[in-house]
Amino acid sequence: MTAIRVAHLYPEYLNIYADRGNIAVLARRAEWRGHELRVTPIGLGEPLAPGEYDLVYVGGGQDREQVLVAADLVRKADALHEAVAGGAAVLAVCGGYQLLGRGYRDLQGEDLPGIGLLPLETVAGQRRLIGDALIECELEPGVRRTLAGFENHAGRTRLDPGAEPLGRVLAGFGNDGESGFEGCRAGRVIGTYLHGPLLPRNPWLADTLLAQALAHRLGGEPPQLEPLPDELERLAHEVAAARAYARGGRR
Amino acid sequence: MRPSPPLALEVALARGVGALSRRLGAGGGTTIPGALLARLDPEAIDRLAARLPAGTALVSATNGKTTTAAMAAEILRPRWRLAHNAAGANLVSGVAAALLAARDAELGLFEVDEGALPEVLQRVRPRAVCLGNLFRDQLDRYGELERVAARWHEAADELPAEARLVYNADDPRLAAVGAARGGSVAFGLDDPRVARPALQHAADSIYCLRCGAPFAYAAAYVGHLGDYRCPHGHQERPPLEVAARDVTLQGLDRTAFLLATPEGSRRVELALPGLYNVYNAVAAAALARALGAGLEEIASGLERVSAAFGRFERITAGEKRVLLLLIKNPAGANEVVRTLVDGDSPRVLVAALNDEIADGRDVSWIWDVDFEPLLPGLERLVASGSRAAELALRFRYGGLAATAIEVEPELARALDRGLELTPPGGELVVLPTYTALLGLRGVLAARGLVRPYWERR
Repeated sequence: MTAIRVAHLYPEYLNIYADRGNIAVLARRAEWRGHELRVTPIGLGEPLAPGEYDLVYVGGGQDREQVLVAADLVRKADALHEAVAGGAAVLAVCGGYQLLGRGYRDLQGEDLPGIGLLPLETVAGQRRLIGDALIECELEPGVRRTLAGFENHAGRTRLDPGAEPLGRVLAGFGNDGESGFEGCRAGRVIGTYLHGPLLPRNPWLADTLLAQALAHRLGGEPPQLEPLPDELERLAHEVAAARAYARGGRR
Repeated sequence: MRPSPPLALEVALARGVGALSRRLGAGGGTTIPGALLARLDPEAIDRLAARLPAGTALVSATNGKTTTAAMAAEILRPRWRLAHNAAGANLVSGVAAALLAARDAELGLFEVDEGALPEVLQRVRPRAVCLGNLFRDQLDRYGELERVAARWHEAADELPAEARLVYNADDPRLAAVGAARGGSVAFGLDDPRVARPALQHAADSIYCLRCGAPFAYAAAYVGHLGDYRCPHGHQERPPLEVAARDVTLQGLDRTAFLLATPEGSRRVELALPGLYNVYNAVAAAALARALGAGLEEIASGLERVSAAFGRFERITAGEKRVLLLLIKNPAGANEVVRTLVDGDSPRVLVAALNDEIADGRDVSWIWDVDFEPLLPGLERLVASGSRAAELALRFRYGGLAATAIEVEPELARALDRGLELTPPGGELVVLPTYTALLGLRGVLAARGLVRPYWERR
């Protein structure tokens, strides 16, 4: 039994798209493999000790909450960069994804600072990009897998040249409704607009994160996790993928 | 401006279409005539509303608007002939349809969709408006809560001076709207004994609007509704003019409370379960008071109320019963769960999740619902609806054993499976989202167990 240590940033503020579903999936899938997920909520003004977490989770919030946390997140930037340099994994969804970039410019032209953990910038657009989405990822060369989710964002996220997206859009809008890219990843840091929440119907990504967190905890390469039946997960993924093709956003 | 056709002609034409729609079996036809009228002449709604001698009253809220309006209707019906959209068609077209259908009505009483409220306010120029609550709901359709709240605030500022604003003071965002307007009426709950031990997960509007600090709650009743105060003194719950005190919750059957008004207090026995229905009752009471109803009139009206269509409905199916409880967003579903657990927590549950526009296409909200209190007593879940597997996952990752879960997307088959698992004399609890509820009622109506909803008063 290994205790996997998760820092959940601002759960009181960034929880708009059922982020706790992602935590629940990580916790159960760890438990089913005989491990334990220890989740520490970290709020405004509370310190984040870089070496003490194997996985950092940042959810999404409404505009008002985003503004409340952005300044605080900047104060935690050094600690987060240090954690990532030490091999901790990060998953950031929607608003959290935007804040991991260099910044967010809203419709009034006001700039919200980001922490530069991902090579990207976000600018608000007039129309929200809302709908089911399906993307294809290739996190390991030759292994292609899909993520099905729901997106709802005003931000248009542009990746720097050479930056790696999380996946290519098969159906839906993705980062900006134009590039065909969705999300971003750099090492073990993943940011995405896909919620729904993301992990229940995409269990392979949950397992990837758990394996990376275990690698951080125990040293060495990410271990192979014991496979689980995942029948309900596959069924839910199929329906969500079909929704994305039938009614996802059109670029 | 193009000349308007004669109102009487449009009205006759639109009514004819509604009757035709019902005759052709195309459902209730509850909004078709209204939609037609709105297309023919958008301003006809304004003129129809202006003809009502006692004026118009509106109810909007994320949760409870149908029930609150039904309660207000029960209170006010002895006083006035009503135009009332009882079937829950609550967009501009639904209001138009209700205006068309009720010949000789004296008072218009309408529940209005949160998104449609600004336009309806502007069109019908109401005498009184009741703002019930704003919860996180269908982010894909309405956008963020703050955006809805800001639109309501602007619309309330545009109301004519003589219009009375009746607002839930326990909702910090609505209290800000109400406090900004003179002569408005604050209602709420005042009984810390029925408060939640802590704020629920996914509570919204829990930060001071001025400084962003989390509110200190002396009592949190439903979601973020409660007795709150900014620690820096910027905002606190306004004094309540109409309040529910000394609340008694009696499981799945009844509630009772002391209705306190400036006119005096009276005990009210309500034939509906759950604290959320106490909120609906005190909202209806405050609205009726603003329209001139007296305390006795209000209390006896509330005591005559049975549940609004499908929100809470018991149906006999042979020697078993089906209990239908609508779920549509985290705050509402949490109250349904709380009410079930306070009663006799079900051993068999059918839950149905659809993802049509009326349900919300984004199904992530089910993860914000606290279903967990149901799990200890639950032996079998039949997950249904177009997103049945997603709902099954919610319970699976919540801790329900895989062997206790069945997935049956088809509603009729899920209902039959649930009934099969229910012992004779027992009651099957069914938790559907909105379009799943319509589907299930369709199944039950086809079997002759319920009347179609448009035939209900």
